[in-house]
Parts: sequence; C-alpha cells; structure tokens
Amino acid sequence: MQLNSNVPPGPLAEKWQKHRFEMKLVNPANKRKYKILVVGTGLAGASAAASLAELGYQVETFCFQDSPRRAHSIAAQGGINAAKNYQNDGDSVFRLFYDTIKGGDFRAREANVYRLAEVSVNIIDQCVAQGVPFSREYGGQLENRSFGGAQVSRTFYCRGQTGQQLLLGAYSALCRQISLGNVKSHPRTEMLDLVVVGGRARGIVVRDLVTGQVSSYVGDAVLLATGGYSPVYFLSTNAKGCNVTATYRAFKRGACFANPCYTQIHPTCIPVTGDYQSKLTLMSESLRNDGRIWVPKTPGDKRSPDQIPESERDYYLERRYPSFGNLAPRDIASRAAKMVCDEGRGVGPGGRGVYLDFSDAIRRRGEKYIRDKYGNLFDMYAHITHEDPYKTPMRIYPALHYTMGGLWVDYNLMSNIPGLFVLGEANFSDHGANRLGASALMQGLADGYFVVPYTLGNFLAGCAPGGVSETAPEFKQAEQEVSDRLKKLLAIKGNRSATWFHRELGKVMWDDCGMARSEKSLKKALARIPELREQFWREAGVPGNGQGLSPALEEAGRVADFLEFAELLCIDALHRNESCGGHFREEYQTPDGEAQRNDAEFSYVAAWQYQGQDKPPALHKEPLVWETVHPSIRSYK
Amino acid sequence: MKFTLHVWRQSGPNARGEMKQYEATGVNPDMSFLEMLDVVNQELIARGEEPIAFDHDCREGICGSCGIVINGVPHGPRRRLANGKIEAKTTCQTYMRDFTDGQHLWLEPWRAGAFPVIKDLVVDRSAFDRIMQAGGYISANTGGAPDGNAILIPKRDQEKAMDAAQCIGCGACVAACKNASAMLFVAAKVSHLGILPQGQPERAQRVVRMVEQMDKEGFGNCTNYMECEAACPKEISRQFIARMNRDYLWAQTQDLETTSSGGAG
Ligand SMILES: Cc1cc2nc3c(=O)[nH]c(=O)nc-3n(C[C@H](O)[C@H](O)[C@H](O)COP(=O)(O)OP(=O)(O)OC[C@H]3O[C@@H](n4cnc5c(N)ncnc54)[C@H](O)[C@@H]3O)c2cc1C
Ligand code: FES
Repeated sequence: MQLNSNVPPGPLAEKWQKHRFEMKLVNPANKRKYKILVVGTGLAGASAAASLAELGYQVETFCFQDSPRRAHSIAAQGGINAAKNYQNDGDSVFRLFYDTIKGGDFRAREANVYRLAEVSVNIIDQCVAQGVPFSREYGGQLENRSFGGAQVSRTFYCRGQTGQQLLLGAYSALCRQISLGNVKSHPRTEMLDLVVVGGRARGIVVRDLVTGQVSSYVGDAVLLATGGYSPVYFLSTNAKGCNVTATYRAFKRGACFANPCYTQIHPTCIPVTGDYQSKLTLMSESLRNDGRIWVPKTPGDKRSPDQIPESERDYYLERRYPSFGNLAPRDIASRAAKMVCDEGRGVGPGGRGVYLDFSDAIRRRGEKYIRDKYGNLFDMYAHITHEDPYKTPMRIYPALHYTMGGLWVDYNLMSNIPGLFVLGEANFSDHGANRLGASALMQGLADGYFVVPYTLGNFLAGCAPGGVSETAPEFKQAEQEVSDRLKKLLAIKGNRSATWFHRELGKVMWDDCGMARSEKSLKKALARIPELREQFWREAGVPGNGQGLSPALEEAGRVADFLEFAELLCIDALHRNESCGGHFREEYQTPDGEAQRNDAEFSYVAAWQYQGQDKPPALHKEPLVWETVHPSIRSYK
Repeated sequence: MKFTLHVWRQSGPNARGEMKQYEATGVNPDMSFLEMLDVVNQELIARGEEPIAFDHDCREGICGSCGIVINGVPHGPRRRLANGKIEAKTTCQTYMRDFTDGQHLWLEPWRAGAFPVIKDLVVDRSAFDRIMQAGGYISANTGGAPDGNAILIPKRDQEKAMDAAQCIGCGACVAACKNASAMLFVAAKVSHLGILPQGQPERAQRVVRMVEQMDKEGFGNCTNYMECEAACPKEISRQFIARMNRDYLWAQTQDLETTSSGGAG
C-alpha cells in the first residue's frame, strides 16, 4: 500500500490558503443531509462537533464520561501556544513552526506543522470570543508565559487550568448546538468497533454504559478524537479512563497506526510513592518559568534541601543547556533527571526524584506573585505530598504523559480508510518524536475548529449522503463480534482483577520500553507481553452479567486492548534503530548522552497495518519530505 | 490502617438500595480515598463479587467526575489547614491519613431528586448539562472572531470571571444543600459569562433561561443555608448567587428575545 500524504504543492506558507480555496464545498442546503459521528468530546472532538454543526451538518457525539465536559482535556494545566507575537519578542508563524519541527526532532510532516502554527492565532481569538478567561495584564491585554523548547513567550493561560477553560469554551459551543437540535450527545457511551462498508468508514458499534446495550450508529463520516494511550504504561499523568480502544479497534479494521513508539515522558511529575498508586500527577511545565531544578553534587547526600549550600548543588539543566536552562524540552529534561538519579544523586525515598525549587523566585518577587500564578498547582502538590512547596522545594520525577504516535492521517486528517478522520492526540500528525509544551491544546483546537470543517467538506462533496443503514451485514457482524468479546470477558471467571494485569503490563513497559530502550529490553518485553495476555484471558475476573453499569467490564475491555497494543508499540520501538525525541535507544547516543538520529535510514513515518491475529503487522513508510527545513542536530546547549 | 466501610449498594436505577459493610485492611495512610476503594474492589473481584461502582476519571480534582458523601459530608470531611483555612477538595483529593485508624466510614451517593442513582455511588448529573444547554454559552460561531486583544478586559474582571469559571460541575453544592438547590452551580456559570464584556449581549436571556431550566429539573430553592459554598471543592463564593439574583431581577425588566433558543445560531 502506498501512503499518500496529500500535501498540496506550492510554497510552504501558501499551501493551506491555496488548498482551502481549491477544496470542494458542500452546498449549505445539502449539509444537513450528512450525518457525522464524532467520537470523543475533548478539545478536538468538541470543537469539531460544534463547528460542523454550525455549518449545518447533523452531528452525533460520543464519550464515555457522564458529560462531554469531563473529557481528559479538562486536566491540562499550563497553557496553549499561539504565534501572536503580542510580546514583541520576535515570535512569528515561522518561528512557532520551526520550534515545533525542531522540538519534534525532525520527525513530523512540515506542511501540517506549518498549518498548525498558522491557525494558532485564530484559536486564541475564537476562545476569547467564547468567553475563555485568559490571564490578562493590568492594562487588559492578554498575558503570556514561556514553555519549554522556546525562547519567546507565546503561551496563553488561565491560571493552572487552561485545559479546563478551553474545554468549557468548546463544550459551551457544543451545548448551544445541542439546544438548537444540530448535535445529539451520547455521554456514557463507549465505542467498541469501527464499521467499514465498501472500503469506507460508515459507522461505529457502541455499548451504552448505563444499560449495557450494544448498538450501532451510521454516518457519512466518522471522526475519532479519542485522545492518547499513555495508560498503556499503567501509571501516567492521564485520567484513569484514557485508553487506546477506539484507535486500536480502527487499526484492527485496517487503519494504519503511525509511530506508536513516540511516547512522551514529562520531567516534572510527583514521584511514585507506593505500589498501590493508581496514577501520577503532573506539575505543569509552566512551573519551570520560576522554579529551578537541582540535585546535590555528591551522590548519597541525605541532608535536607535547606542544609545543602548553594555551592554543593548541581543545577544540572542550567549547567548542561545554558541557553534554554530549566526550559529545556521535555525529553531532554527527563533524560537528564534519569541520568542524575542513576548516578545516585536523586533525592527522596528510593532516590528517584530531583528538586524543583522556588525559593529564588519567592525571594525575588514575593510569595503572592507565585501564589497568583501557580496557586492551584501548589495546592495540588500539598494535597498529595502533605508538604508545603512554598517552604520546601517540590520533589519531582519524570512520568508518562503524552503520546505523539497515533492513527496515520494525511494532510486532510483523513486516515487510510476513506471517511475516517482522526483529530487531536489520537492522530500522529504534528509533534514528530517529541511534543513541545502547550502544543497539544493548540493542535486539538486547530484540528477541530479550523482544519476538519474544511477538509471534511471536501471529502463529503465527493459522496452522496446516506445509502447505508444499521441493518447492513457489516454492522450486524461487527455488533456480533463486540457482543461475543464482551461475553468472552465475562466467561473467564478468574480471580485476578483487570487492574492487576494492567499494573503488570505497566511495569514491563516502563522498565523495558520507557525513558531508555534497547534491543535487549525490547525483546524481553516482546516475550513477556504475549504471556501476560494469555494469562489475562485465563485468569481475569469480571463479575456480573454485562447488563447495566459495569466499570469492571469496561476496564477489562480496555486492558485487553492495551495488552495487544503494547506489542505493536514495542515492535515499532525495536524497528527504529535510532534515537529521536522521546524514543531513546541506548545503543544510539552521542558521547555526551544525547539522542543520535539516523536521518539516512529513518527519516520516515512508520505506519503499521494489521494483518490478522497472531501475524506481525506490515510496515508502510511515508518518507518525510524536507522542502523548507534542513534537519540538523537538535541542540539546546 | 484499617477501616470499616458502610457503602450504599444499589444494583440499578430502579432497584432498592441498602448499606452494606466491608472491611478495608492494610490501608497505607498515603493512599487516596479512591485508591483505598480500588483495593477493596480488587478483593471483591477476586471473590467474584460486583465491585463498588463510583465515578472518577482525572483523580486530581479537575474533571468533576468523582463525588461520594463520606460520613455525611460531600467529598468527605475537610481539614483545617496550617494557615487556618478550611481545605477545599474533591473525593479524589481525600487521603486516608486524614482519617483515624479503625474508623467507620459511611459512603453514600449524592442525594437529590434531580440526581437519580444509576448504581451504587454513581448518580445521573445530566440535569447540569441541560442547564448549560439552556443558555450557558456565548453565541460565537467558529471563524470571524476579532483579535484577542481587540477587547481589553481589566485584570480585576478577568480574575473574578475566572473565580466563577473554575467550577468543575461535580454537584457537591447540590448534595450539600438541604433543599438540593443548584444555585451555586448556575450562579458560577452565569457570573463567569456575565462579568465579561463578550457575555453582555446575551446576559439577560442567559440568566433567565438557565434559571428556568434549573427549576424544571427539580432542583430546590435557595434558602441561604450556604452549605454549598462550604462543600465546594473550588471555593466558589456565595456572592455569585447574590449576583445572579440581581441579574435575574434586572433581566425581568429587559425585552427578552424568547422565540428561538440558542441565540443567534
Ligand atoms: C495532566 C495533563 C496536563 C496537560 N497540560 C497540557 C498543557 O498545559 N498544554 C497542552 O498543550 N497540553 C497539555 N496536555 C496534553 C493535552 O491535555 C491533551 O493532549 C489533549 O487535551 C488531548 O485532547 P483530545 O481532544 O485529543 O482528547 P481527550 O481530551 O483525551 O478526549 C478524549 C475523548 O474521547 C473519548 N473517548 C475515548 N475513548 C473512547 C471510546 N472508546 N468511546 C467513546 N469515547 C471515547 C473520551 O470520553 C473523551 O471525550 C496535558 C495532559 C495532561 C495529562
Ligand atoms: S476524579 Fe476528577 S475530580 Fe475527582
């Protein structure tokens, strides 16, 4: 199969404008004849659903939470980037584009990233119009802060709750369309399969989580905006419900999964404290604007932080990366933390932690300044650790946070299955091998507000509406398969919870395919995962009969998918014999421990296609074309 | 640590519920309340029994999914902090170290006519979504928005709007109120948009429609007990209720466009 990125011709800066003009349109009166199914109501899904409904399409939305407003986007803390250059500090669309391409270690598609930077400015305007209360200066203008991997201040924020406010904005636009009858919302409804009819995505099979009923929905197009798969590592900063089920089911129906091994480990999270722990909590990257990261110079130094004099502290990011300092990108900051802890200089229980210290900033600007800027993050830290971060430095350690990999999409955000569009964290498109902070919110909203409303129209203009119903054999068969699988889960009747298997899988993934990977560790993981999967189908216990609300059944289904998907992730990691961004292969590093890319052999997107149960997936390569940027050594020194 | 739990078990929306007793043993003081429930549930699953159903997702106090009445208090008893303030938190931000070893804990769902129980500790809060659909938005279609700095918003107003906008929609305010009133929730949204300049064109119809929908959903009246403010994990101030009441009265004097819902859509 040939993967065609469908990047329009012409100079980089003109591609999107030109493409927008050349795309076909659907006549306003015809739009309401098309039904669009949007799975996921996070930033990407909610913004797409609202925008498409405003245009006149009939939209149905699905999410597993009890309200669209609770999608995981709600938890994003730090901010959203946009190339507004309000600070007059030299920002521009091109600079945001370049920072993002470089941040992704030259593994993303140029044209997509440029478009992202281009529409970033419209996002802020749109959100302000909806009433998103972004932080303001005293004069009433929008305020900015800095995020990692950038030397300009281009991040817009709402205290430490930016994702919440952006999502509430998109959700309110969605609410308006629901009240107008243009959107039908299905909360507490989980997509369990994709239905492909005649080679085109035509619907989904869902389970109503309240009644347990399995049924189908037909549409003229299916949009997946189902988020990322970090919880394949069990412990992550993601919400408990985040899962790979929707995208993995689409993969099993033929959609290519691109770069699954590109996972992001965030440097500043609250360290693991016990084996009962169910998730990890992020301390936003924005804290690195005012916090300084350090460890003692001497291994095994057990003194409390206030007893360690300045001269015996190693501010290792400032030392190693003088031009970016504490704002070095995430992959680099995480590996640096691992390195100092491996040297025995880590702090806190188990030696897996480094200090994030605000005392300088508090001394310089006062406690109130810090409280106004990060109050809720400090409170969150205090809740969890029972320590007062205003008095003693925070202890932090890297944790799984974001997944750059996802379903393969072309420039129009359409997968290789016609009619299946993928948006937000669920696709692979814009962040290459490492995402810069405050860029996921930007991408989700760019996809939903400003890209898919155009590109979907172009696709639909070429197909007549309707023509397929839920009674088609493809739907009946998919429903049957979903029901059979649920029955199979209920029939195992073992006595180990799905959580137990999930935790075991997480350990394998973190140890063998985490911050550092090697051929040896990956082969070990690839031997262990199938064993664990087999054990799951033998010993897992799912009480109940599958009717009504059944959190245990939901969880078991998601864990079963993770147990398959984990293997795909490791296969991808093993095949990529280079280090880039978040994918760090121990065999491929420079003498000073930096990632060593291999552009000659690996400057491509690895898109994997399902070949059937127990068969290895097929690899398709989309070569990355560099028309404007010349991939260089990624240095932040 | 160990605890005796008394948990509301109800197998479905129309089933009768009852309190059932469970022992939680080997509890680590640093466990969150939900992690303690995870452990109890794993034991139930090992015995082939249905685990206790409860809503949760982010587990860091922002999504508003979780909500259990613990010992009569929505989101559980609140500590007094070192600075004298009473802690504001969600169920998922409750830690076992804040209880005493051997304590009996009573776990119940939000109790309110407008929040029917779905199962065990899970309730149906879709009434909140319908209130939002009635008017909790600014009608601004995608595209064509003016530059973000075209409207200057005094920092003071933006901060105030943000104080209200922080509401996570968990419903603890309703659960805490003797009348099961949703005034704090509605007031937070009405105020968030009503304070900002962008929210002015629809200010009158917004407050009227949202309040009408709130009444339709069967939430009770506000009689100023102010338990809602005490229970709110985001410290939404009761002042917003006063503000909404003023707005509502003022709106009655306005010429409301009532023909189509959804504003200019
Ligand atoms: C703690 C934290 C902080 C972050 N902070 C920032 C930040 O400051 N800036 C930034 O840019 N990024 C940040 N990120 C990343 C960013 O929040 C996410 O990448 C982004 O919000 C993802 O949005 P989304 O719309 O793609 O998916 P999500 O918001 O994850 O939404 C997924 C949706 O899909 C639905 N869904 C999933 N599976 C199914 C299924 N099978 N059936 C039905 N529905 C389903 C869910 O119900 C949900 O509605 C942060 C992430 C975390 C974890
Ligand atoms: S689980 Fe999200 S607020 Fe408690």
